[in-house]
Amino acid sequence: MEWSVFQQYGPMLLRGFGVTIFCWLMGTVLAMGLGLIIALMQRYGPRPLRWLLQVYIEVIRGTPFLVQLFVLYYGGPLVGLRLDALPAGLLGLTIYGSPYFAEIFRSGFNAVPVGQLEAARAIGMSETNIIRRILLPLGLVSALPALVNFSIILTKETVILSIITVPELMYQVSRMSTETFRYLEANLVLALFFWGLVETISRVGRRLEARITRHLIERV
Amino acid sequence: MDQASAVDIRKVNKFYGPFQALKNIDLTIPPGKVTCLIGPSGSGKSTLLRCINFLEEYDSGEIRIDGQLIGYDAPGKKSSGRKLREMRRGIGMVFQQFNLWPHMTAQENVAEGLIRVRGLPKADASARAADALRKVGLGDKMANHPARLSGGQQQRVAIARAIAMEPRLMLFDEPTSALDPELVGEVLTVMKTLAGEGMTMVVVTHEMGFAAHVADQVAFMEAGELVAVDAPDRILHQPQDLRIQSFLRTYHERNAF
Repeated sequence: MEWSVFQQYGPMLLRGFGVTIFCWLMGTVLAMGLGLIIALMQRYGPRPLRWLLQVYIEVIRGTPFLVQLFVLYYGGPLVGLRLDALPAGLLGLTIYGSPYFAEIFRSGFNAVPVGQLEAARAIGMSETNIIRRILLPLGLVSALPALVNFSIILTKETVILSIITVPELMYQVSRMSTETFRYLEANLVLALFFWGLVETISRVGRRLEARITRHLIERV
Repeated sequence: MDQASAVDIRKVNKFYGPFQALKNIDLTIPPGKVTCLIGPSGSGKSTLLRCINFLEEYDSGEIRIDGQLIGYDAPGKKSSGRKLREMRRGIGMVFQQFNLWPHMTAQENVAEGLIRVRGLPKADASARAADALRKVGLGDKMANHPARLSGGQQQRVAIARAIAMEPRLMLFDEPTSALDPELVGEVLTVMKTLAGEGMTMVVVTHEMGFAAHVADQVAFMEAGELVAVDAPDRILHQPQDLRIQSFLRTYHERNAF
């Protein structure tokens, strides 16, 4: 083991980690947002739209992220979509994550007892209000553990962005490895960073879960 | 306004695929009176009740609330969501499973409809919600979430949620069936009080005691048919129809010990 290389490469790796966190955070938020919109349109939209969205879900879930990213970054310019590496990476993460999030939201919505929606309908609440006041809050509670879980999976998908030269941690680690031949040290650092990130997310997730379910657990 | 009937059900049919859940139902619900729907499980009584506020769509026939057709503008032509919502705000409903919203306190559950449907300011809605909760004897539980209430208390909150909307008609779908026996009484007491105030009520129930003592008329259903409608005494104590006699025999056997 030879740790002195980190004096030179440390700041670069930290910058890379910063980019990783940024990509993960943006990608997760955008993918979740798109997933939520898809789930709502699948629940309330007209039949052709629902069918189209189902095709989207199947195609994206059925192909590797790496391939999607290649198509977007290298194939995009052929149809006039010319993006820098970072925006392409974020768009890629958003598209890749959205069908999984859509499915998580769908099952969260399905977990809301029909009776609670009927109770709202019976007093004359509008469908928009029912979504806002009943379906979303209760559906999100049911979906939370799965949302956190998939967000954790997405942290590790960010390394694939290095393929299209997004300067995130994996990219910097590869660079350091090829320049110094310190493969083991560089990859150990990569592992440590990710482990720390994942651990933090899961802790925050558990706290959030405890917080939002505190009124929902029976304590008579 | 003096009216012949609060709810007029005429030749109502309802199908689930090939299965006919309601067969040509004719029933008149008089205003200010309590009508109990009784009968074996699967007889269609809950389905009929749910057709009255169009939670369940009937396929043919007419249901009129104070003369106004619910669910349809004309036979076969469904009315708009807005029109249906406007009719529903005048019809309170209480469910077997309470169906309170678990993320809101008792008071928030009751205030929700006042704010979102009646458009009352929040403070006003909260005050009225508190009044409604005091009326059902839960003045001290207003800040509790449903998870911190017993079944009987939850069902009383559900009744408060309905009456806060000042409905002209209340529907009860087996309101005590999900309750432990010792909690049934507190819910029935609230319902009796409501009946005493002249609320028009339609109650699907297995509580024959309630039907006998509180109802003004009892309707017996079996296999999607309305077998008989009459005064409680004539249905429960001198039933003519064999199906009613057999139903009551089973009921008495189950409750005898």
